[in-house]
Amino acid sequence: MTRYVCGRLVESALVLAIMSFVIYGLIGLMPGDPIDLMIQSDPRLTPADAARLRAVYGLDKPLVERYLNWATAALAGDFGNSRLYARPVLDVMPGFLLNTLNLMGLTFLISVALAVPVGIYAALRQHSPGDYVINLACFAGISVPIFWLALMLIIVFSVLFPILPASGVSSVGGGDLLDRARHLVLPVVTLTIFSVGSYTRFMRAATIEVMRQDYIRTAYAKGAGTRTVVIRHALRNALIPVVTIVALSFGSLFSGALITETMFAYPGMGKLIFDSVMGNDFNMALVALMFATLVTLLANLAADIAYAWLDPRISYGGGGAGPR
Amino acid sequence: MSAPAEAARARGVWSLFAERLLAHRLAVGSAVFLAVLGVLALSAPLIEALFGVDANIVDLAKRFQGPSPAHPLGTDELGRDLLARLLYGGQVSLFVGIAAALASAVIGTLIGLLAGYYGGKLDALLMRLTDGVIALPLLPLLIVLAALDLGKLGLPQAVVDDPNISLYRIIVIISLVGWTRVARLVRAEALTVREREYVLAATAAGAGGPRIMAVHILPNVVSPIIVATTLSVGDVILLESVLSFLGLGIQPPTASWGNMLTGAQELIWSAPELAFYPGMLIFVTVIAFNFLGDGLQDAMDPRAVER
Repeated sequence: MTRYVCGRLVESALVLAIMSFVIYGLIGLMPGDPIDLMIQSDPRLTPADAARLRAVYGLDKPLVERYLNWATAALAGDFGNSRLYARPVLDVMPGFLLNTLNLMGLTFLISVALAVPVGIYAALRQHSPGDYVINLACFAGISVPIFWLALMLIIVFSVLFPILPASGVSSVGGGDLLDRARHLVLPVVTLTIFSVGSYTRFMRAATIEVMRQDYIRTAYAKGAGTRTVVIRHALRNALIPVVTIVALSFGSLFSGALITETMFAYPGMGKLIFDSVMGNDFNMALVALMFATLVTLLANLAADIAYAWLDPRISYGGGGAGPR
Repeated sequence: MSAPAEAARARGVWSLFAERLLAHRLAVGSAVFLAVLGVLALSAPLIEALFGVDANIVDLAKRFQGPSPAHPLGTDELGRDLLARLLYGGQVSLFVGIAAALASAVIGTLIGLLAGYYGGKLDALLMRLTDGVIALPLLPLLIVLAALDLGKLGLPQAVVDDPNISLYRIIVIISLVGWTRVARLVRAEALTVREREYVLAATAAGAGGPRIMAVHILPNVVSPIIVATTLSVGDVILLESVLSFLGLGIQPPTASWGNMLTGAQELIWSAPELAFYPGMLIFVTVIAFNFLGDGLQDAMDPRAVER
C-alpha cells in the first residue's frame, strides 16, 4: 500500500511538472505580454527601451529556457509578484483559498448529506413516483447552466425580494459571523444545486447494485429488518463507488465554484484565476492554475486510496494490477 | 441462447430498439422538442422576414419594449428583436454542441480503439493520458485556451481575422478535452470484442489491425458511442454557454444564448426578464439531450435494465 501511494505520488508530481510547462507555455500565448503592459502604462518608453526590458526580464529567450528560469525560482519559493494586487503571489493566495475552502467545503457537506439519504430512498423505491420525481430533479440540477441559476437566484432573492446579499463575502467594513453567513447562502445554494444531482444519481445507482447482492438476501433471510439491512449492510458497500466518483468529480466542483464565485463577486480561487487570466496577471494566473491542478490531482489520489481503504478486497501491495 | 434473445433476433434489433425507445416517454418528448427547436432555429431568417425584423440591427428608440405583434418577445437593451436573437443563438448552440460532440466522438473512438485493440504499452500510455485529462480542472484551462492570442500560435492573419473564428475556436478547444468519455467506453468494449472468435478468425484469415478495428470492432461499439455523444452534446452546450457568457466564446454581435446573458446580467435591476429566456432555452435544451441520451442508453443495452 505504502509503495502504491508513493508510486502514485511520484506520478502525480510528474503530471504536475508536465502541466506546469503546458500552462507556462499557454500563458505565454495570451494576448499582450508584460512589456506591452509597461508600454501602455508609460508612453515615454521607446521601442529600444522595450527591447532592453525584454532582455532584462529574459523575455527574448526561448520558451524552454524561460520556463526553466521560472521553475528554478519557483522551486526556491519565488513565484514573482502579482500585477493586479501588487504583492507577492504567495501572499495574495491564502485569503482567496480560505474563501473557496468555505464555499466548497460547505457545499460538499450539504450535497453529501442530501445525496446519500435521497439516493437510498430512490433506490429502495425504484420506479415509484417518488423515484421519478427525484430522477427529474437530478436531471434538472445536472442540466441547469450554473451562471444562469446564479442570475435567477440573485433576481429572486436580491432584486425582487431583497432578503439576501448578491455579492461579496461580507458587508462593507467587515461584518460579524451572521453577516458573513448571509453572504454565503446564495453561492452555497447555487453550487449545491450544481453538484447534488450527480451525487444523488451515483448513490442511487450504487445502492441498487448493492441491494441485488447475495449478502443482502442473506441479511434479510436471517431476519434483519429493512432499516438494519440498509444501514449495516448496504450503505457501507454502496458508499465505496460513490466516494471514488465524488472525489474524482472534484475538478468539476472546482469548475462550478469558479463560475459561482465570478457570479457572486466572491473572492475565491476560481474568481482569482478568472480575474488574473483576464487581467494579464501572468504570475498570479500561473500559480493559481497550478495550484488548482495540484489539488485536483491530490483529490484523484485520495479517491484511489479511499477506495482501497473502504474495500478490504482491494490490495495495492505486491505486483498485482492496480484498480483500473 | 435464451428465449427473449431468440425473439429479439426474429424481430430485428432495430424494431426492438425503436420499441424500447418509444416506451421511454421523456426521451421521445425530448427528441420531438429538439427537432422542433432545430427547425425553428434554422428558419430564423424566415421568421425575421415574417415579422420584418433583423436580429442584428440596433434601434435605440425601441429599447426594452414589451411583447408586441411586431416583437413577440419584446426587444433587448439595444432594441433588437429578442425572438430572432434567441433563434440565431439556438443555431449557434446546437451547431457548436453537435459539431464538438461529434469531433470529440471521433477523437475518442480512435484513441479507444487503438488502446483497446493493441493493448500493452500503447494502452497504458493512452489511458494515462485519458486519466490525466479527466483529472484536470477543465473550466480554468478552457478559459486560458479561449483567451489565447491566435496570432501568437502562428496562424495566418486571414484565419485570425475570420469572422467565424470564435465559433471554430470553441469547437476545437471543447473537442480537445471532451473525448475522454468515449475513449474509455470504446476501449472497454474493444478489449472484450477483440477476444471474440470472429475477430480471431479474421486475424487468422490475414486481416490487419486497421481492418479488424474498422470492420469487426467498430460496429460493436457504435451504441455506447451514440449514447455518450448524445449526452456530451448537453455538456458541450453548457460549456459553450458559460464561455460565451464570460466573453470568451461566441463574440457579439453574433447572438448566442450565453453572450445574450452577458448583456442581461448588467440589467437585472431594470430588465430581469431579458435574463430569463436565453438561460431557460439552454436549460431545456441540455435537459432534453440528457433525457434523450438516457433513453437511448436504456433502449440500446437490453442487459442494462437498471444502471
